[in-house]
Amino acid sequence: MCLAIPMEVVSIEDNVANVEVGGVKNQVRLDIVDQVPAVGDFVIVHAGFALRCLDRQEGLETLKLFQDGLGLELIK
Amino acid sequence: MSLSNEFRDPDLCRNLLEQIQHLADTPFRFMEVCGTHTVSIFQSGIKSLLPENISHLSGPGCPVCVTHDSEVNTFLALAKEDVLLVTFGDLMRVPGSRGKTLKAAQADGARVNVVYSAFDALQLALANPSQNVVFLAVGFETTAPTVAATLKVAAQQQVDNFFVLPMHKLVPPALQALASDPEIRVDGLLLPGHVSTIIGLEPYMFLAGDYNIPAVISGFEPLDILQSILILLRMHKEKSSAVINNYKRAVADQGNPRAMEVMQEVFKPVNTAWRGLGDIPASGLSLREKYQNFDAREKFNPAPLHTESNPGCKCGQVLKGKILPPQCPLFASVCTPAEPVGPCMVSTEGSCAAFFKYSL
Repeated sequence: MCLAIPMEVVSIEDNVANVEVGGVKNQVRLDIVDQVPAVGDFVIVHAGFALRCLDRQEGLETLKLFQDGLGLELIK
Repeated sequence: MSLSNEFRDPDLCRNLLEQIQHLADTPFRFMEVCGTHTVSIFQSGIKSLLPENISHLSGPGCPVCVTHDSEVNTFLALAKEDVLLVTFGDLMRVPGSRGKTLKAAQADGARVNVVYSAFDALQLALANPSQNVVFLAVGFETTAPTVAATLKVAAQQQVDNFFVLPMHKLVPPALQALASDPEIRVDGLLLPGHVSTIIGLEPYMFLAGDYNIPAVISGFEPLDILQSILILLRMHKEKSSAVINNYKRAVADQGNPRAMEVMQEVFKPVNTAWRGLGDIPASGLSLREKYQNFDAREKFNPAPLHTESNPGCKCGQVLKGKILPPQCPLFASVCTPAEPVGPCMVSTEGSCAAFFKYSL
């Protein structure tokens, strides 16, 4: 149940970030994230909330690992 | 070579496996306490690749599986009230004492909505002001701050038709209960990655300090897990013990202080009962006084069914690592993922369900 996915921040409005991964778009709240992300940052998302910022490089690396498991092309 | 290639590189996996095989000349039992680890270890094939000397145990790492009968009965009693129940999908098929589930209650007319986030539940309450909405709050430290943050918003907006039934569990007290049980022998612990994203390294230090149990915070990719097992095995062989963060790309040693602060502002630790482990001091969360008007127990005072355990179900012993799922007399005969008797078979992250799905 503690599954969490890294997603890229596309835009930020107040306390909500629009995030995207592999074409899936979502809105996540920033109430508890360790630091406020910038557009282009990756955040670890769990149950509609960002838990933590990853830097872009780390996010891309982590995402690539999920590609195989999901059979999706997450990173172009 | 890029970092991602390193994390899934078959040659590196093989290399790590060889090192593990080389070191595993005596029996070694490790336990993970995270449903995502359970699934990953089976799904990646690590389980079948590990040498015979290494035993993998799935401990109490699935919040659905450790939710106590009395809690299941409480939310089933709430389903009879004039409320809109809102839950993560995981709880829909968990049977209560008489085999009843939320899904069955829904078929009988109870209003039950499945959501992805506690915040979605609050939005349902805002959209239906004449309806009392109750969110079933399960989950470990990863999830509890999301519920706490939602309640803070509900308090700021003075929402009076939104309630939660807190059933959260805390991981370190359960590890303490396991470590201090003389009947449970574990040579190393794989610690849950995303719980650790929130709580960091410090709450686990007692494992090495007081119990000499090596422990490693691990990610969820095959190389994360193999590398963590190797670190555990090395410490075991050297008769040393430490708590090591092997998931640094997602876990800061100090955790996420902001999330902890929100969680602690809304919740306080209380004694609570775990399926299989029994009562554990300060291992659950209840609402602090300022937030008590959101407590569904206080508002609706649901009268749960008397707790009767399902006859024959050995989920409790599976959760403690005392038996493996196939050693339960119900496993794969009367208890299957399609017709689960116990919660370890209900949740896709339960060790019985993982055994059923992935074992040959």
